[in-house]
Amino acid sequence: MQDKIHSSYKQLEQRSKYTNMFLRWFLYLVLILFALYFIFPLYVMIVTSLKTMEEIRQGTLLTWPSGLNFDSWAVAWGGRGYGAGDTFLKPYFWNSIKMVVPAVFFSTFIGAMTGYVLTKWRFKGDQWVFLFLLFGCFIPFQAILLPMARTLGVLGISNSVIGLVLVHTVYGIPFTTLFFRNYYISVPTELVKAARIDGAGFFKIFFKILLPISAPIIVVTVIWQFTQIWNDFLFGSTFSFGEAAPIQVALNNMVLSSTSVKEYNVDMASAIIAGVPTLIVYVLAGKYFIRGLTSGAVKG
Amino acid sequence: MKTLKIDELSKNFGTTEVLRKINLEIDEGNFLVLLGPSGCGKSTLLNIIAGLETINEGNVYIDDYNVSKVEPKDRNIAMVFQSYALYPSMNVRENMIFGLKQAKVSKEKIEEQLQKVSKFLQVDALLERKPSQLSGGQRQRVAIGRALVREPRIFLFDEPLSNLDAKLRVEMRREIKKLHQQLKTTVVYVTHDQTEAMSLGTNIAIMNHGVIQQNDTPENIYNKPSNTFVADFIGSPSMNLIKGNLKQSSNQISFVANGSNFEIPINGYEFKEKSNLENKEVYFGIRPEHIFSKKSNEGDFEINLRADLSEYIGHEQIMTFDYENQEVLAKFPSTIKIELSKNTKLYFDLTQISLFDAKTEERI
Repeated sequence: MQDKIHSSYKQLEQRSKYTNMFLRWFLYLVLILFALYFIFPLYVMIVTSLKTMEEIRQGTLLTWPSGLNFDSWAVAWGGRGYGAGDTFLKPYFWNSIKMVVPAVFFSTFIGAMTGYVLTKWRFKGDQWVFLFLLFGCFIPFQAILLPMARTLGVLGISNSVIGLVLVHTVYGIPFTTLFFRNYYISVPTELVKAARIDGAGFFKIFFKILLPISAPIIVVTVIWQFTQIWNDFLFGSTFSFGEAAPIQVALNNMVLSSTSVKEYNVDMASAIIAGVPTLIVYVLAGKYFIRGLTSGAVKG
Repeated sequence: MKTLKIDELSKNFGTTEVLRKINLEIDEGNFLVLLGPSGCGKSTLLNIIAGLETINEGNVYIDDYNVSKVEPKDRNIAMVFQSYALYPSMNVRENMIFGLKQAKVSKEKIEEQLQKVSKFLQVDALLERKPSQLSGGQRQRVAIGRALVREPRIFLFDEPLSNLDAKLRVEMRREIKKLHQQLKTTVVYVTHDQTEAMSLGTNIAIMNHGVIQQNDTPENIYNKPSNTFVADFIGSPSMNLIKGNLKQSSNQISFVANGSNFEIPINGYEFKEKSNLENKEVYFGIRPEHIFSKKSNEGDFEINLRADLSEYIGHEQIMTFDYENQEVLAKFPSTIKIELSKNTKLYFDLTQISLFDAKTEERI
């Protein structure tokens, strides 16, 4: 009797083993297919950027390049060396860096401040302030182009990197505030009370108590803001032109303004160069992000 | 000189009245417990003493100095919080000296204080650890240490033990008691736990709906509750409040429960005022622990009640009896066997009773 039961258990065990194995392989298969699907454009871009125009014309999209030929990368980055009409990414890349670093810094910092005030120094009507700030997250940016252009004009910083820094800072604040407010709301207010009794003031509490435990949300905010600002095309193309343009605008000009032949290899190299910084930020900061999440700094 | 005096203090949040005309005084070295159900305003009162909340009306005096508009850091107080509120990014040492550093105390003095306090609280081995690496009890100790190093005039405790598990809570309770015995600093302690309040306080102020119901020694709170709220709040299970009327004849006062014609003589009761007692509607209050199954005192009053329910809790049992459709609870040692659904002889210790006016619910 017992043997019978046991053998039936054995059968069940075998069966579930096979089912599990099948499902596992199926899962891998699906994942691999998706991975291929997503990596395919990147493959085409990299491969094309390493080919000469000759190879591109003769081969297909998927053909392997004859060798590691970085000429088109050099052209994309530094140009061909002849004067007028030669657009290349280098100056615009630095424009973007000069724009994105201060814009990310200021918007993150101001967001942290407002989040701190909205949660730890509550005042009458603070929920209304927060609501209006949130409103900023939902405004279609096309709607504010004209007033913003006028504002920049009045301030005398239109068509400059500083102007773009201002625009991105202002429109980053709603998001950064939202991030920091939601983070600080889970930090016990008793911390602030204890610090007040200990004699710390508004700024000391912010810098000494709250900022040191904000690493996870700072990383999230920085990734978000960096990606948004680096990849922005609308503000860049509206509020700047010529030499003050950020990289995404330059990339567009470069690809569209080719006169005679479409240089696919140079276009691909340029597109990769324009996309690399966000990737780097993800890879570097993503690590800290996970570390920040698992350290459990606040929980009592 | 009173170490702390609160004078006609009122506080509202918008239209809700949180505290109503609070008056309190504490002498040097006393341990005052603010006790009450959640939402009674006790934590708000503590925050006001600390200077973390503003006042709508009235004043707070520390050492006879009006501190109503003084910043928390300048009030010479220290506070221990329920969540410990240790600064997560700082280690124990930095946590403990943060306040002294803000006050620009000299380095030598800070080090001296830190050594003294950390030894005293046995956290000197933990100084380099972060709060996240400490156990609940250790965190509590560091939080107390952070308060101690400042050598405040008044210690404020805001439910400091409610985050600990039951066993640790009892241990830390004893430590706080010891601490107070050794340091003799004035303490204001907020809790909703009556055992904590009774065992720690030299004085207990029981609060409800923003009003102090009774401010007295633990003994008086227990023996002579000033109204039915206090009577009901203190004690577990709480005091039996039997509804009935008083009967007065020539020199005899007695209590008759509703629906009964059985008189309980209460000549020995100390009335606040002995007039107008005839036919007064009252609550007859007797604690479950003052009902016995055997006659222990000469004055004990014998009564026959039906046992309805028995709750066994190890060292004792709580029995529910029926007294003319009113429930009466009694506490007995668990060794005594009482049959259910049968009338049992019980003995009320009449020296321990309380009487309350049924209308005003105040002690008479």
